[in-house]
Amino acid sequence: MEINKEDFLANFKDVFDETDVTTIDFDTVFKNLDEWDSMLALTIIAMADDEYGIKLTGQDIRSSSTVNDLYEVLKNK
Amino acid sequence: MAFLKIDHVKIVGISACVPKLSEENLNNPVFLPNNGEDFIKTTGIKAKRIASADVCTSDLCFVAADKLLDDLKWDRSEVDVLLVVTQTPDYILPVTSALLQSRLGLSEECLGIDSPLGCSGYVYGMANIGAVMSSGKLRKGLLCVGDTPSKSVSPTDKSTQPLFGDAGAVTAFEYDETAEPIYFHLGTDGSGHQSIIIPHGGYRNPTSLASFEIKNYGDGIDRNSCQLELDGMDVFSFGISKAPKTVNALLDKYAIVKEEVDYFVFHQANMMMNKMIAKKLKLPEEKVPYSLSSYGNTSSATIPLTMVSELKENLQQKKLSWIFCGFGVGLSWGTVFAKTENLVCPDIIEI
Repeated sequence: MEINKEDFLANFKDVFDETDVTTIDFDTVFKNLDEWDSMLALTIIAMADDEYGIKLTGQDIRSSSTVNDLYEVLKNK
Repeated sequence: MAFLKIDHVKIVGISACVPKLSEENLNNPVFLPNNGEDFIKTTGIKAKRIASADVCTSDLCFVAADKLLDDLKWDRSEVDVLLVVTQTPDYILPVTSALLQSRLGLSEECLGIDSPLGCSGYVYGMANIGAVMSSGKLRKGLLCVGDTPSKSVSPTDKSTQPLFGDAGAVTAFEYDETAEPIYFHLGTDGSGHQSIIIPHGGYRNPTSLASFEIKNYGDGIDRNSCQLELDGMDVFSFGISKAPKTVNALLDKYAIVKEEVDYFVFHQANMMMNKMIAKKLKLPEEKVPYSLSSYGNTSSATIPLTMVSELKENLQQKKLSWIFCGFGVGLSWGTVFAKTENLVCPDIIEI
């Protein structure tokens, strides 16, 4: 599926409340962010469903390390 | 396509029974300090009921059924079918419906069926009992649903322990040629069977010493292989996409006007998932009741428990049309459109 990369990054940043999102880029290892937890993972899944109509699985999240990894997963669905 | 129309069967009563012991999540030791608050914010589950060691699903269903039979003033010998939907039976065998048939004093001329489904189980149970009753040969039926998931979760598993509560609920059905049809949409996707699973204790992985080996799954989660395993991310993803689809499929198929449905009762999974489903379906908040806050996710009992806990007076006094939608373990899902009028509906019983 065609997904605008910058658009995805903006949507990804929107999910965070407490993190300084200016520090988030495609190389960010998102699981290392203080705010990251299993609840936030659900918000990412909801965002993918809402914005792109794509179903992310638990395995998709677990196998991704950076924001770019997640973008690649989405793009290839 | 698994659409189904059941004629000549109606709901006449609903009852529910929960354990007295309520366990709060705010200071639940399964969480790190302060994490309980975040959990409650996301899931909406402030507390859930926990059955004592000597209380099984059959005990909760027995109490609910006994009261409902009394209030309905049914002659117990007239109950032709007893369907029990549970994943936490008393025994691997025999079926729980046999135990309840005897304990409730029902006739030997009573069909006893067990159906081991979870979150979709209430809708499936309605379809199954409706199907065996609609020909008019079996005229009175009880659908017992419920689970004691608190007995199958690991006490250190924050992905399951704080979510699930114990409950039993009973719905009474009667054959009635003037009853309005009940409409169903049902589905299954076994490719997701590992998303919610108890891996050992069946015959694929019979119980052995290895079953009790406690493994660490990170994040403080320890679990053995006879305990419930839940991939919350998979189930969330499944729920927010499948539940709106099955509801819309049913509405479209039978030209049901969404605005004319009085209440949409969803399986109570967690608030974030349920709110998202309601939002996707553009449902007004007042038409979507929740009982998550006090009871959590009680598996197949969530739909009738929510009806009794949130809408008892309406059930007793009004003519209402309903959509019920269950989705989860299997993976399995179902939606039903049904009407009720002046049901017998006792207060929730605590034991």
